[in-house]
Amino acid sequence: MTADLQSAPVLLEARNVVKEFPIRGGSREQRVQAVTDVSFEIRRGETVGLVGETGCGKSTLARCVTRLHELTSGTIIFDGQDISTLGRGRLRPVRRDLQMIFQDPYSSLNPRRTVGSIIGEPFAIHRVADGRERKRRVQELMEVVGLNPEHYNRFPAAFSGGQRQRIGVARALALRPKLIVCDEPVSALDVSIQAQIINLLKDLQNDFDLTYLFIAHNMAVVEQVSHRVMVMYLGQIAEMAPRDQLYARPRHPYTAALLSAVPIPDPDVSDRRHQIVLTGDIPSPVAPPPGCRFHTRCPRAEPRCRTPRRCSRCSGTRPGTVRPAMSPWPTGSSSGS
Amino acid sequence: MALLDVRDLSVSFDTADGVVQAVRGVSFSVDHGLTLGIVGESGSGKSVAVQTVVGLTQGARITGEAWFADRDLLSSSPESLRYIRGRQVGMIFQDSLTSLHPYYRVGWQIVELIRQHDRNISPATARRRALELLTLVGVPDARRRMDDYPHEFSGGMRQRAMIAMAMAMNPALLIADEPTTALDVTVQAQVLRVMGDLQREFGTALIMITHDLGVIADIADDVVVMYAGAVMEQADRRSMFYRFHHPYTEGLLLSLPVPGDRRRLTPIPGQPPSLITLPSGCPFHPRCRYAFDQCREQTPPLRDVPDKVGHVSACWLPTRSEEREGVRQMVRARGQTAAAAGSDD
Repeated sequence: MTADLQSAPVLLEARNVVKEFPIRGGSREQRVQAVTDVSFEIRRGETVGLVGETGCGKSTLARCVTRLHELTSGTIIFDGQDISTLGRGRLRPVRRDLQMIFQDPYSSLNPRRTVGSIIGEPFAIHRVADGRERKRRVQELMEVVGLNPEHYNRFPAAFSGGQRQRIGVARALALRPKLIVCDEPVSALDVSIQAQIINLLKDLQNDFDLTYLFIAHNMAVVEQVSHRVMVMYLGQIAEMAPRDQLYARPRHPYTAALLSAVPIPDPDVSDRRHQIVLTGDIPSPVAPPPGCRFHTRCPRAEPRCRTPRRCSRCSGTRPGTVRPAMSPWPTGSSSGS
Repeated sequence: MALLDVRDLSVSFDTADGVVQAVRGVSFSVDHGLTLGIVGESGSGKSVAVQTVVGLTQGARITGEAWFADRDLLSSSPESLRYIRGRQVGMIFQDSLTSLHPYYRVGWQIVELIRQHDRNISPATARRRALELLTLVGVPDARRRMDDYPHEFSGGMRQRAMIAMAMAMNPALLIADEPTTALDVTVQAQVLRVMGDLQREFGTALIMITHDLGVIADIADDVVVMYAGAVMEQADRRSMFYRFHHPYTEGLLLSLPVPGDRRRLTPIPGQPPSLITLPSGCPFHPRCRYAFDQCREQTPPLRDVPDKVGHVSACWLPTRSEEREGVRQMVRARGQTAAAAGSDD
């Protein structure tokens, strides 16, 4: 992370966020503990990557942050304001500054609306611009995200997956938000198109001074875009660190395992490296294991990992003893970006 | 002789919008104990090509040959194909939840499959064999878990059960169509390891269809790169990654985020073409930074790339590496600014 990002003001702060879901037909005590006691902050201009596997709670956390879910407990402070308990009306102005891009460019766009009306909807909802002014601004946005403004009256079906994702980006960008939460924005796209969208998001960040919470399951994609990275496992943050540190010197054995499992498109590197293959399945979030939630699958687990107090040894968030580097990640050129 | 030898396979479908040319003149082969990786993006024809070979495409116009153990699969009867599938060719698909019957216990489904293919086997022996298979693919506590229903298995466990079923009759060829795409990376690593171990132990040939070049770099011996229904390039694994010839292969590799490399990605501009109205000449030319007049007029055939036996590429660029590098450098120097301006669409 560059120095000016470290001193930039905090834009979003999550404190002890908890989200539980009741189980249909289950007893009162039985609840899915989707997010448990998660705290982090995002500074202005920063991209924070959030990685984790299916069911780890990363999308639930994103929906808590944007208030699409009610929190079970905890606090979300956005731009200096506690938004965790705001009602619908008071939340509306906040939503102008807090937008979201979704994974599936097919189901997140209304097939019966034209592209112009989809991208222009935020202007309508927030009564910012109408008539010719709205059209002008929508076409400007289309231009910015690399769509042909002449396609204003076309329907989503006329666009490919990558172009649809550009429509989603334009819609999120319409009100010049401060923070965009991107939930798996490229995982439904083919690699050649994925790279187009990643570059677009990076360019927009520079041009419009955006802050991103970037959620993905692909470690290499997150490495491309993030300044800092959080790794989630079973509802908790297993590790949080600046990007270079997390990839070169992961502290948490889960991060190390995750990195070592990523297939690397380079035969020499692939042949040489040592993979940590985890055994077993992710435990149920209804009854997560006590202590470090990863201990049931951890190749380095010790008795103290099972005790309820969270271990600081593996957690990159606290200054603990420095562990030996165990990154299976190749250290390539880190020029650019 | 190769175990499976596919020659000049074409598959097309009549649709309301016109004829979809899903596969156009594709040839590949795979030998005992080796892994052939077929990569390509959505709509490249990689799945259709392989599914057609084993008789799983319906309502298509098919031409070409597919020789498997002295028999042309494309001219075989549905009955004999049914016999071959499962017994000599095992198959694993991406979505294991829809491939298993939700009403029946996992173990029962494997037993049933074994008894389908071997009428003389006793139920007890078949059950023992099913247990062996589940243990082999790494289902923990298999004796108890074999009486679970598919929904009680996690995605990784279901995919292992699928592998167990595909391997049940000890097939000579295993076809895996995006077997790990729906899985998380740590689970993917487990499943790939299981497949590799089985392949080593039984000498099974494997065709791995995937969009993930990382998986290819990990396990393939030979690689076929497909685009718009045709083979763009074919080579052994190392040649494909380090001495690729085709600009599409180059484009794929450059657009991938590579671990440890934070340089800006270079996407392939534009979109893949429609398979109904294909561009003239080389199907990749509208997106190719090196394209010249010949590419727009004539479809390049697969030509030998002299640096390695078996390396072929369907591109008009010079096949000798020195000449090709010259062209590449010239285009790159010329196109740095142009590419930056027009790279995204």
